[in-house]
Amino acid sequence: MAEMKTAAYLCKGCEIDKRVNVAALAKIATKEGKMALVREHDFLCSADGVALIQNDIDNEGVTHVALGACSRRAKTEAFNFPTVALSRGNLREGVIWIRPDTPDAQETTQEMAEDYVRMMCAEVKTMQVPAGNQKTGTIKTILVVGGGVSGMTAALEASKAGYKVVLIEKAAALGGWAAKLHKRVPTREPFKSPEDNGVADMAARIDADANIKVYLNATIAKTSGSPGRFKIDIAIESGSVVTEDVGAIIQATGFTLYDANKLPHLGYGKSPNVVDQAGLEALAKEAAASGKPICRPSDGQPVKSVVFVQCAGQRDASGEHLQYCSGYCCNVSIKQATYFKDSNPDIDTVVLFTDLRTPGNGEDFYRSAQNRGVIFSKGVVSEVTANGNTCTVQFKDLILNEDTAAEADLVVLATGSVPTSGPELEALADAKRAAESGTEETKNVVLQMMDKSVLNLDYRQGPDIPHFKHGFNDSHFICFPYETRRTGIYAAGPVRRPMDILQAQEDATGAAMKAIQAVENAGLGKAAHPRAGDLSFPTARLEGCTQCKRCTVECPFGAIDEDEKRFPLFNESRCRRCGTCMGACPVRVISFENYSVNTVGMQIKAVDMPDEFSEKPRILILACENDAYPALDMAGMNRNAYDPFVRVIPVRCLGSVNTIWITDALNSGYDGVMLMGCKHGDEYQCHFVKGSELGRYRMSKVYDTLKGMNLEIDRLMDMEVAITDMDTLPGKINAYAEQIKAMGPSPFKGL
Amino acid sequence: MSNLNEQMADRYKNNFLKEIEEQAEMGEWVKMCMQCGLCSGSCPTHFHSGWDHPPQEIFMLIRAGKREEVLNSQGMYMCTSCYNCYVRCPRKVPVTHVMHGIAEYAYRIGRAPKAQPTLHLSKTFWTNATKYGRVNEVQLTQSLYFKDGIGSGIKKAMEMQKEALGLVMAGRLNPMEALGMGHKCKDVSGIHKMLAKAEELEAKNKAAKADTAGKE
Repeated sequence: MAEMKTAAYLCKGCEIDKRVNVAALAKIATKEGKMALVREHDFLCSADGVALIQNDIDNEGVTHVALGACSRRAKTEAFNFPTVALSRGNLREGVIWIRPDTPDAQETTQEMAEDYVRMMCAEVKTMQVPAGNQKTGTIKTILVVGGGVSGMTAALEASKAGYKVVLIEKAAALGGWAAKLHKRVPTREPFKSPEDNGVADMAARIDADANIKVYLNATIAKTSGSPGRFKIDIAIESGSVVTEDVGAIIQATGFTLYDANKLPHLGYGKSPNVVDQAGLEALAKEAAASGKPICRPSDGQPVKSVVFVQCAGQRDASGEHLQYCSGYCCNVSIKQATYFKDSNPDIDTVVLFTDLRTPGNGEDFYRSAQNRGVIFSKGVVSEVTANGNTCTVQFKDLILNEDTAAEADLVVLATGSVPTSGPELEALADAKRAAESGTEETKNVVLQMMDKSVLNLDYRQGPDIPHFKHGFNDSHFICFPYETRRTGIYAAGPVRRPMDILQAQEDATGAAMKAIQAVENAGLGKAAHPRAGDLSFPTARLEGCTQCKRCTVECPFGAIDEDEKRFPLFNESRCRRCGTCMGACPVRVISFENYSVNTVGMQIKAVDMPDEFSEKPRILILACENDAYPALDMAGMNRNAYDPFVRVIPVRCLGSVNTIWITDALNSGYDGVMLMGCKHGDEYQCHFVKGSELGRYRMSKVYDTLKGMNLEIDRLMDMEVAITDMDTLPGKINAYAEQIKAMGPSPFKGL
Repeated sequence: MSNLNEQMADRYKNNFLKEIEEQAEMGEWVKMCMQCGLCSGSCPTHFHSGWDHPPQEIFMLIRAGKREEVLNSQGMYMCTSCYNCYVRCPRKVPVTHVMHGIAEYAYRIGRAPKAQPTLHLSKTFWTNATKYGRVNEVQLTQSLYFKDGIGSGIKKAMEMQKEALGLVMAGRLNPMEALGMGHKCKDVSGIHKMLAKAEELEAKNKAAKADTAGKE
């Protein structure tokens, strides 16, 4: 790389020059920031201002640019200089917009602006232009695992967008559960009559599609590689293995019904006239094929009365059965009731429910069933007993508040869905540890668990996608529905959460789009979501590495393996650039070209530290760039003022915060440190899923250090911030600042 | 039990829902209820001891085939026609009209309770209003005051004496109405003819329904 030449640009627009002394800032950039070139401009993001910077880059040999203007989140299109290292000092949203325009506030506002100029100059000197991941894979083929409605939809959508698809189905034919349906819940106006299940049409379109290669009776024996260059070993029917190269994977392995054999109190297994929803679909198909009405399995007589039991083994508070609502079963029972009513209106059909949940346009369908004379009763079924060729359904009528019973020829249990998601990784890891003892029994446990594996990844972190709740694949539940914790592998359909056919189709389409984005970004050496397009990637100075494995264990995305010498081996294409490895590294050998222990550390050091008699405390805020930093920017846009003694540094994720920053800050005289990160736990909002949790866990260790330093533990404050907190955040900052002022200056000042 | 009641019970066997759908006015709406309970929660008579079954329960009882419980219930007579339920029902079920329909059907088959105050009010009001083509307030008040006997009638009248005199002084009450004088509509016999024709038509409709419906 050419010799470093630094330049600072200070914008005077947006009233910055009316509120702060820009000439003084320029002096600081030259003297303290040691910038080779310092320029002021009235309107930096204008074509003229941008041309000025570009001219310096092209003709003056400027390689490092520090911009003192608005937030780094603003004007990113104007200030796009991909050939140089770029830092931004937030003088607008971070200073003048969050400070009152009064003579009293002028001094502290100017000091704030000066510090941000010092920080941007310090940061840019430690940065490099990211070169992009060189170990890219350029395979654009997309693998779809599962040939049900979700999988077929994903395959067709990807093909329509011009991508080649490999589709693997475990069974002998495409269609999955949908193929077993006699009819499906209506999807079109007026939402009154069940429709054809549509599987034959989709399967025909797949057969006719030259872009889609289908393997039936096939499973995945092994998945290795990373986005853009996955290698898939497919075990096919003949017993041999074929290998396909793909760029991204969509897991659409769907669900199975909750096993009704676990519900003996509802009569399943005791009477052939008690069936689950799939059982009824089979009866309806059989009846349609033979042209007869639906008949009782016990004696083949036409069904005259049928009771549908909703939430059979679902929404179970005892924890014995499924705890969740599967979402689709109410509509299915309505549909199945219409099978009877449409063939003979005199057949008694009763649906016993506690809450009828009809997503989509199910409400119209519900009404149409009521119009056909299907009886809906609010009741909880306690027992179903077989009674010769009929069944007695004991239930508590919730409206009339009485125990009562109904006789029926046929009882249908709505048992809900269980995802086909592979083994739970932590349980598997435990089982593997237990198997190290070598007994046959423990080895068999591992084999059984591995038998459930879908992807058979050869990753250090386990063979499948981590679970979320209840065995569903984690797929960033709150913000980004298809993103799993394995980059380039997307979950779609009921393996991700319970859903119906329409939702699964929408889901599959979304996952196909994400997979396409992933292969394109991987090919260019860029990061996938959420730092899509980021060219930086982590590197480790291996000569300093102590092989502690923290980075490999903590990486939320399974991007880091271990090489044969047990050093971390980065799979850059799997990396999401969150920096959790960098935060975890106790010897600080991991860094990004434009984000490192140094880029933040130098900013912390650059802040001017007033002495203990000045009554000007300094509070460092490390704010997550995904939620907390935009919330602070928006607080500025709303002109919500906050304390002038805070200095904010955005971080990629709380997980990237290295404890050295905290101890350095407190050692060098900061009076307090605030961490702002996303919510963690079951309802996490962290863009990197586990980042904020790991960061917080790490920080909990810092409290011991604080005690060791004889500092009050309140000098470190951890706060959960959501992007919507822009109005409450300033109040919280101010309250903390008051707390710090009351505590008195840090004893480390001036040491 | 009247004859008609037994006939109907026999004809519809266990299918009380079908009986209500075919025989009671607006009865076809009963199946459309989704049991949310907004009608019951909106009903202003909920505190009254006579309110044994709120509308939601009446609907449920009909669907559960509980004929005797519904026909013995006071619930549908308690309706004051405030239309809260009608306005609020998320399924747009005309609950008020359904309640009236069921009450009217119960009355028609002779299952209405004997001393039901709202039923008495309706009958008295109807007789009074149709007699002169408009309400004779004095006679109406009298018949309501004396419904439980002379003693309680006089007592109630004495209690309201001051209000009545006030109304008379203000020209709002004509004491001569007690003798059948006062306001009448212009063409009393015309009204009577109209009502007679309407009754004839309705009776014909209902008889036809009672004859044909329910027979498969």
